[in-house]
This record gives sequence, C-alpha cells and structure tokens, in this order.
Amino acid sequence: MNVLKIATAGSVDDGKSTLIGRLLYDTKSLTDDKLEAIEEKSKQRGFDYLDFSLATDGLVAEREQGITIDVAHIYFSTRKKSFIIADTPGHIEYTRNMVTGASTAQASIVLIDARNGVVEQTYRHFFINNLLRIKDVVIAINKMDLVNFSEEKYNIIKGEIEYLASKSEYKNQNLTFIPMSALDGDNVVIPSENMSWYKGETLLHHLERLDAEDISEVSQTRFPVQTVIRPKTQDYHDFRGYAGKIYGGDFEVGDEVSVLPSQTKSTIKSIHFFNEEFAKAKSGSSVTITLDDNVNVSRGDMLVKVAEQPTIAKQLNATICWMDSAPLQASQKYYIKHGVNDAQAKITKLNTIIKTDFSGKIENPSALELNQIGDIQLKLSKPLLVDAYNQNKSNGSFILINPKTNNTVGVGFIR
Amino acid sequence: MNQKTLQVDALESEAIYIFREVVAQFEKPVLLFSGGKDSITLVRLAQKAFFPAKIPFPLMHIDTGHNFPETIEFRDWLTQELGVELIVRNVQDNIDNGTVKEETGRYASRNMLQTETLLDAIEEFGFDACIGGARRDEEKARAKERIFSVRDDFGQWDEKNQRPEVFDILNGKIDLGQNVRVFPISNWTELDVWSYIKKENIEIPSIYFAHKRKTFLRDGLIWSADDEVVFRDEEEEVLERMVRFRTVGDMSCTAAVLSDAVDITKVVEEIRDSSISERGARIDDKRSEAAMEKRKQQGYF
Repeated sequence: MNVLKIATAGSVDDGKSTLIGRLLYDTKSLTDDKLEAIEEKSKQRGFDYLDFSLATDGLVAEREQGITIDVAHIYFSTRKKSFIIADTPGHIEYTRNMVTGASTAQASIVLIDARNGVVEQTYRHFFINNLLRIKDVVIAINKMDLVNFSEEKYNIIKGEIEYLASKSEYKNQNLTFIPMSALDGDNVVIPSENMSWYKGETLLHHLERLDAEDISEVSQTRFPVQTVIRPKTQDYHDFRGYAGKIYGGDFEVGDEVSVLPSQTKSTIKSIHFFNEEFAKAKSGSSVTITLDDNVNVSRGDMLVKVAEQPTIAKQLNATICWMDSAPLQASQKYYIKHGVNDAQAKITKLNTIIKTDFSGKIENPSALELNQIGDIQLKLSKPLLVDAYNQNKSNGSFILINPKTNNTVGVGFIR
Repeated sequence: MNQKTLQVDALESEAIYIFREVVAQFEKPVLLFSGGKDSITLVRLAQKAFFPAKIPFPLMHIDTGHNFPETIEFRDWLTQELGVELIVRNVQDNIDNGTVKEETGRYASRNMLQTETLLDAIEEFGFDACIGGARRDEEKARAKERIFSVRDDFGQWDEKNQRPEVFDILNGKIDLGQNVRVFPISNWTELDVWSYIKKENIEIPSIYFAHKRKTFLRDGLIWSADDEVVFRDEEEEVLERMVRFRTVGDMSCTAAVLSDAVDITKVVEEIRDSSISERGARIDDKRSEAAMEKRKQQGYF
C-alpha cells in the first residue's frame, strides 16, 4: 500500500478543482453517487458544466465563497498506482494551509492560467516548493484552449519559470512543463489533438511513472525514539525495545550505533515488527529496536550509525515560514518541536525577510508577519540532534508552538 | 539467523507512528471502538505499535442500543481475546435522563445522539485523546481534517481555523478541558482497509459478508427488516435478499447492499469494482450536503 502524495497549488481560478475533477473523471474514480451529487448541485447553481470544486471544497464556507480555505485530501488510483492529492488553497491568507498540504508531498503540480502567465501567486507557490525541496514539480500550463493552443505562449511561461528556477537555491528539482486544458481534458489523461507541437507526456502518464522511493532523498539514518516498550510479562520479562520510525537510510542487526545525546555506543541486537524479527529495515519503517547493551534510552533520544553523526545544537539558524496572525519578533519565546523532541526556544535574531519572488531579502526587519518567510536565529533550552534540512528533511525541520495558545505558529527549516 | 528485510508499508508505518505519538504525548488516551472494520483495523495497528506489550489504553464503545447484534458479539469476543479494557456507555442512559431527545418518524436515528454520550464519557474519564477510525476519503468534510484534531470543551471542531500540520510533526499540546481527536488511518481508502484486513487475516463481524436477510426497499436503499429498530411502513414489502453491509453504523441509518461476496477475497473485489461510494448507503449523510461538517462542529466523532 504505497502511495504517491502530490500537492497541487495554483492561483484563484486557475482551474485547480477542474483539473482534479478531470483527473478523477477520466480515471473513472468518481463513484456514481458522487457524480450525481455534483451534477445535481451544478444544475441547482445554474451552471451548464460540472463544477468539480463541489467534490473537493468540503466546508460550507468554501462553497459559499467559491474558494478553497483548507487542504482537502483526495484519493484515487489507476491500474498502475495509488495517489493522494493534497488540494491546497491558492489565497495568500491561507498559505499556512498550503504549506501543510505540500510538506508531506513527494511531487507537486503548480497551475498557471496560460492567459495570465506567471503571477504573484505562482512565484510564491514555486518558492514554497523550492523551500520544501519537492523534487518533482509539474508546471501545468492550463486553459490552453483560451490562447488558441499557442506554443509561443507556452514557451514564454516555460522560460519565465526556468529563469526562476535558475535563481533558486535548490538545484536538484525535476521540472516538467505540460500544456493542457483541464476543462476539455487535453493532456490531463488523454493526449491532446490540439497541440501536436507538444511531444511530452500527459499529466497522468507522468505521475504514474514517478516512483515515490526514487524521489525521496537518501541521507544518513536517523532513529528518533518515540517510546520505550517494556512489556514486563513472563514471556518478555527483560524485553526493552525502542519504538520509532527509521528516517533517511537503513538499519541492520549488528550495526554499531551511537545513542544520542549521551553518545553511548552499542550494537543493534534485534529489529522487531509486531511478532516477527527482521535482519534489516528500511527508511520509512516503524519498528522496535533492541540493543546489545543495557543503556539508558528514552523518548527524544536518537539512534544513529557511529559514522553518521548529526549536529548536537544549542543554537539554530533556520528559515521560517510564519503561520500566525501575531507576528514573530526577536526575543520572543516559543516551544520548539523537532521530530518527537521538545524544548523551549528563544528567538535571538530576526535576520531577514525573504522575498518569495526570488528578488532578494529585506535585512534586519522588526517583525515577521503571517505568511512571510524569513531567516532567524534561535537559542534552545536543551541540545537538539539536528541535520540541515537540505541533508535530511525530517531531521532538519521543526515547528514553533505559542506557549499561550498551544497553536502551531511557524515551520522551520534548519540551515 | 534470519535474513529477512522488512518491506515498507507507508500507510501502516504512518499509523503506527501516530499511535506511538498519542501514547507519548497524552496522559489518558482512549480508542473509540464501534465494532466496524475501521476500528477493528485500528486495534490491529495498535497491537503492532506496542507489541510485545499490550495495547496501553482502553477501548470505548458508545452504544446506541441500535447496533447489529453481530457487532456487539464481535466486540465482546475481541476485547476478551486481547485482554484490553472495554468501556461501554449507552445512548439509552442519556435518553432516560432527558439530556437528549429521541428522534421520531421515518428517518429517526440515534446516530446524532451519540455525540452527547461521547462528550459525557470524555468528561467522566478525563480522556485527553480519542483515537478514531475516520478516513479522509469517506466524506468531503472529513477530507479536510487534521490527524490531530483539537476540540474544545463542547467537543467543537473549529474547521476554519485548524492548526497547521506539517511533515509528520504532531502537536498534541492542549489546554485543560480541550481534547484531541486522533485519526491514524486518515490517509487510507476503503479499499486500503479491506486489502489490509485480507492481508492480515483479521476477523470481522459476519454482517460484512453476504448473507440472506429479510429486507425492504425505501428510497432506492435496502433496509434490514429483522429488527424493530428500523421504522417501516406497513406497505413496504419485506423480501429475503442476499445482502451485506459496507459500513456498520447504527442499524437505523445503515442500509445494506445486494452482494454475493461471501468471503474477504470477494469483498475486496467488490469494493474495487464498485460504482457507489461507501457512505452512499448512509442515510445520516444524506440529510444535507453539510451533514457531516455540522455534526463534527457539534462534537461528533
């Protein structure tokens, strides 16, 4: 049951819901009762077409205003693969929800209305895709039917995005440009008869070809301990297992490991998954590990291979995307949640605000407002075991929590 | 020594990770157990998350009194088998003490009434995390919900102002009186659940398999006539049909489907080829387009 998670982003009225509806419709993923409900509601609203946004905009407020406020998760599968689409909002004020949807995606689709070309929202969506280091990004140039399927228009937009990509810090991205008409279905599932100049794949064909394992970054192995399992039953009287999920690389029985932060060395004695034992477990597996030596390990500690040490940090430099209406300012205190580990954090410096149109930075700002992205420095109440985000996504990211409201107010990427 | 490599199952691994976070971050979690396939799947995942230790939280069933008898039988068998604590709270008690009013008429259902009983039980036991088997593919309001979904004192879901949930970092910090609803199989589809039940060889109640049942038709749906719980007009004709249930909710709001899927392999095939969605046979969702969202705002699980 492995699935490919894709995030979609686009400006208002770029036809995002229509594209998703088209994907569902042409892959026969909409069941009869759901299709009937869409037909009925579309008619009731006086539309002469099927309004697929009715299938994804699940909240009353969204249907009232005709906009997407929060991420919807849509599931469909073809004979070759299963997909989860995180349909994220286009409005700038809901950027935090866009980041929520895109953070777990392995691939992403950025929609552009061919008539309007690259607009402010496109910069922002493309920037966030780069910040998150999403490896496979499709630029879906939509509404080609409204620009006479013009190859020239397509090339202009392609050129603009390639120029942005050249200014991005993230260089390993695979960019794919697909001209389409989601309304008529050109190049979504079925190749377009109107654009013989386009020799590439349809969107679905491209997505089916992506392999989730290929596009996840391979890095050093990290095993943050979630909880310690001590059954204390007759059969397992001395069992002491460390439960967690493996990130980045593999673990094998016999691997020499360091327990951090104590830096005690030991060897992996066994790897358990439910009632079975395995010689090896791969990145992405939730397992229980036992060690040869009786060492002190608790939640928040980390097992790593002896030769692959992370940084033990009491200070962090990070890029942060701010998600709260109360702005971030230097000297404020928050909780930091780094994987399964908690600490307190004080903002020691707000260095810059990064402009999301790739045009540079504003130095020494006084505050970071909702939906802005900036570089900060943090001081921590205890050392955290970290990697840079560009080395290890899961171990290089964190959230900040407002201690007064308990809300998640920012997402950070360690530099 | 064995040379086996564990193959990654992303959905299973994610669910186990979530269970472990719940136990680490909350003091008094509970698993909401309905006896349906989703909560049965949750139980298996919870077993896997903590093995060889026992499941470290109780199961709780909010009993409408209108459950299929097969489900109740199964519930009691499973909890005994696992040696976990089962808490049962009854909607009937809330009806008797007057805190809720029983619906009447053709579509009367106790489904909505469960909310009050659930909120009472959360308060009684002081549960701070309620683990449920809801999936995002079930319904479009559910499709919007986070994995850790914060509820206030009244159980309300503030759908327009949900916490951002990035990567797999789960923020379980809450104020006193708040609680979190946790959905470990958010990202599973109905087919994923059925395929998992098949792969893991998990026991499920017999009503999920095709069987002969006395039924009647109303509004294009097939209703069980075996029981007095389901309202039936005299002119609605009772016939024996070969049916099964795709969801196991309250008897009064769960319709059957015609089926000859008598075993798990056939059920998986049937789901794969189905042209009707799972909740297509749930009359509680048909009350209005926003039925689920409204119930969730009021504290429905």
